[in-house]
Amino acid sequence: MNEWVSVCRIDDLVAGSGVCALFNGQQVAIFYLPGEAQPIYAIDNFDPIGAANVLSRGIIGDVQGQRVIASPLYKEHFSFTTGRCLEKPEYAVRVWPVRIEGGSVQLQQPAALNLESAA
Amino acid sequence: MAASSFSSSTASPRVVVVGNGMVGHHLVEQLINEKTNWHITVIGAEPRPAYDRVHLSDVFAGREPSELALTTREFYVNAGVEAIFGDAVASIDRDARKVVTEGGREFAYDKLVLATGSYPFVPPVPGSDNKLCFVYRTIDDLGSIKAAAATAKKGVVVGGGLLGLEAANALRNLGLETHVVEFAPQLMGVQVDPEGSAILKKKIEALGLTAHLGKNTQKIIAGEHHALAMHFVDGEILETDMIVFSAGVRPDDKLARAAELKIGERGGIVVDYHCRTSDESIYAVGECALWGGRIFGLVAPGYQMAKVAASQLAGGDLLFQGADMSTKLKLLGVDVGSIGDSHARSEGALSYRVIDEPNGIYKKIVVSKDGKHLLGAVLVGDNGIYDTLLQYMLNKIELPKQPLALIAPSGGEVPVLGADALPDTATICSCHNVSKGAICCKIEEGFVSLGDIKAETKASTGCGGCSALLKNVVDAELKKRGVAVNNYLCEHFKHSRQEIFHLVRVNKIKTFDELLKKHGSGGGCEICKPTAASIFASIDNEYVLEKAHVGLQDTNDTFLANMQKDGTYSIVPRIAAGEITPQKLIVLGQVAEKYKLYTKITGGQRIDLFGARVNQLPLIWKELIDAGFETGHAYGKSVRTVKSCVGSTWCRYGQQDSVSMAIAIEDRYKGLRSPHKLKFAVSGCTRECAEAQSKDIGVIATDKGWNLYVCGNGGMRPRHADLFATDLDDETLVKYIDRVLMFYVRTADRLQRTSVWLENLEGGLDYLKQVVIDDSLGIGAELETQMAHLVSTYQCEWKTTIEDAEKVKRFREFVNADVPDANVVFVEERGQIRPATTVEKRELIATD
Repeated sequence: MNEWVSVCRIDDLVAGSGVCALFNGQQVAIFYLPGEAQPIYAIDNFDPIGAANVLSRGIIGDVQGQRVIASPLYKEHFSFTTGRCLEKPEYAVRVWPVRIEGGSVQLQQPAALNLESAA
Repeated sequence: MAASSFSSSTASPRVVVVGNGMVGHHLVEQLINEKTNWHITVIGAEPRPAYDRVHLSDVFAGREPSELALTTREFYVNAGVEAIFGDAVASIDRDARKVVTEGGREFAYDKLVLATGSYPFVPPVPGSDNKLCFVYRTIDDLGSIKAAAATAKKGVVVGGGLLGLEAANALRNLGLETHVVEFAPQLMGVQVDPEGSAILKKKIEALGLTAHLGKNTQKIIAGEHHALAMHFVDGEILETDMIVFSAGVRPDDKLARAAELKIGERGGIVVDYHCRTSDESIYAVGECALWGGRIFGLVAPGYQMAKVAASQLAGGDLLFQGADMSTKLKLLGVDVGSIGDSHARSEGALSYRVIDEPNGIYKKIVVSKDGKHLLGAVLVGDNGIYDTLLQYMLNKIELPKQPLALIAPSGGEVPVLGADALPDTATICSCHNVSKGAICCKIEEGFVSLGDIKAETKASTGCGGCSALLKNVVDAELKKRGVAVNNYLCEHFKHSRQEIFHLVRVNKIKTFDELLKKHGSGGGCEICKPTAASIFASIDNEYVLEKAHVGLQDTNDTFLANMQKDGTYSIVPRIAAGEITPQKLIVLGQVAEKYKLYTKITGGQRIDLFGARVNQLPLIWKELIDAGFETGHAYGKSVRTVKSCVGSTWCRYGQQDSVSMAIAIEDRYKGLRSPHKLKFAVSGCTRECAEAQSKDIGVIATDKGWNLYVCGNGGMRPRHADLFATDLDDETLVKYIDRVLMFYVRTADRLQRTSVWLENLEGGLDYLKQVVIDDSLGIGAELETQMAHLVSTYQCEWKTTIEDAEKVKRFREFVNADVPDANVVFVEERGQIRPATTVEKRELIATD
């Protein structure tokens, strides 16, 4: 189950921003920061607070060194590395293992979210 | 016990407030705020709810009487207050505990509050009942004065006190040759000493008014050249077309007298520390009340009394212990200030005086015998030091060794009192009685912006005289708490938006990476990125989806549409000035039908199409652009719409062609990126159907040209726009708008609407006028050039987008699939789509 699956090419990504890919019917937001130590991140596209598939369309930020996405709906921040919402820690999204392999962007199915979500 | 609903049969005790002036209204507000279970009835003699009497004369300077309103009938209804207007209370039956109105209505009370105010004193001169003689007290009085002034050339105000000079200003604003007749040998005898008065007289006479002092009017009869002739005891005669009596006010205590409450020798209902009259069920507050042998004829002490009475009714223990009667005002454009013992009547009091006749400035301070404390002051021509002096007196702060330095002409060191020197008990805002301590408390609670502090404490929302002091206090307190008093944009930039704008402009910075590297730190965020993008757009006006900028934009700017709650977008094509051909209307209908979009008319006279998926946006726009539409920038912090009325082309009342002007303005400024959205309107006449006075830029036609209003706002925090300039020709109008907008774009904070920007602009409207009209900073031409650059480099972002296949790629819902988002579900309502609710969605997805 833990195999790497290519979802798109690197030139499908948008530098400094996000795109959305489908992975077995699941929506994954993929963010591309070329030139950085970790240039690619992937999290669920679904914003559990706004209850819509929008996180790929947020603005990438940095909150005291932590890479985050600000949801375009209500501007909560979700960490790229933990998936946790900074303002409302009872919410979180899944973080997807992601890598760039020979010009391909590859994802791995993550574990189910282990979180009691109010939504 | 839970508050029961509004009904006369409940057991709630009843309080009746007689009088709905400023103080009567304030009392009701206080009672509402106290959340007591009192059933409140307020009865006003005037046909309208309370209004701001202090600013009555503003009506002659162009303000609408309705703008003076302090409240509305709806407010009372919603608060469960029974409010009666236009039916004065005729009598009080203390035994039966009820009041009876002139209309015969009866209201029972458990407690009664008299807030009957005062009435204008008209000297008992034969002829003073002539129909061309007026008083100056109510909005109705203003109406009568205005009507009479329409056919008059010359007017006399009897009374050279504060109110008299206010009235004189009103007559002057109505275009009359204005004379002031005063019985005493000086003007403003209560507040100002004879030397100060002499300077004041010179100043107002320089404005074209004539002051006749020491004049005792014997009779008023028909005149030879004017309607009336005033005969004075000294034999002189002054002819005039109308007379306004403004010779002081008297407490309106007739109800209390008839009810045999204790009345002062010279009038006024006697009250104690609780504002209670000789009947313990009856309170009196405001100008009708006599406390310690004094009447307090200012609004601030009236409000304090209202608070005390409300506190008593709510079971509190506030006491009224007198009030400071210091005043600061601008009369006929002349600063006048009076503090404490202005006449140096205290025992052993000593005074220092500075008289500057060429500049018309007079300053006096009165100090205690030992020279340590300030007892009073008089200022004419320059109120700059008023706040400082007032704080010295109120807080008994020890004076500098050389008190004269406080008022000495500048050149020497002026020891301005810092906010730090004030004790917590220092009153900062006397209108709402807000102390420094109360402000500190709010800062402790986390309110750290000036606007929030104002909203929370009401400080500086009365006469506004304390605004500079309030700012000093807030800044100083924040600094003390280590809250950097900064307007840093975010954690990545130790600069304000204004500074960043300057850095970008001067150093010709073109990209965010460069800006961050040179002037910031970290990786940026959703605050600084869009701000920088907006600044780049305001300066260079590049296509917003250039590679370097694309990651900086909010989703709305990235996808050139407005994201809705379900992640779909709405589309608003530009319909300049709200004018649209039938053919284009049909196209909008056809496109909406084809893509199954929800359509709604916007407040800005456009049509909004909802429910488009990201990948549909370029397809929809292709059709719209082919039909001649262009983007409406509804998604941007940018110029939105110019609303217009139909104007002189069709309307019977139109003065100018407002639609053409609105189209011209919208075409000029469309696409302008700014710190926040901008909304404009143009009305074709003073009826103002386009509601221009609630817009950032409002233009209203006159018979001579255009009046320009600036910095209005509707929405969450409505603000009436300020009249900026009148009767402008087309060219000057555009020049001023160019300058105002560009100055705003350069200097405002992020997400600061023009209304808040102006309120925070040091120097306010006058300063903005200086910058724009007088070009006091010498940047007028530069602002215009910058605007001209933006106008000439305008592009329809949607046209640029759909012409570039690479850019269109950005609008894919998924990079690896062409299927719709299954989470976007619509249901039908009233013949159109709407997003399904969570419950509906669950059901629909389950049955699919």
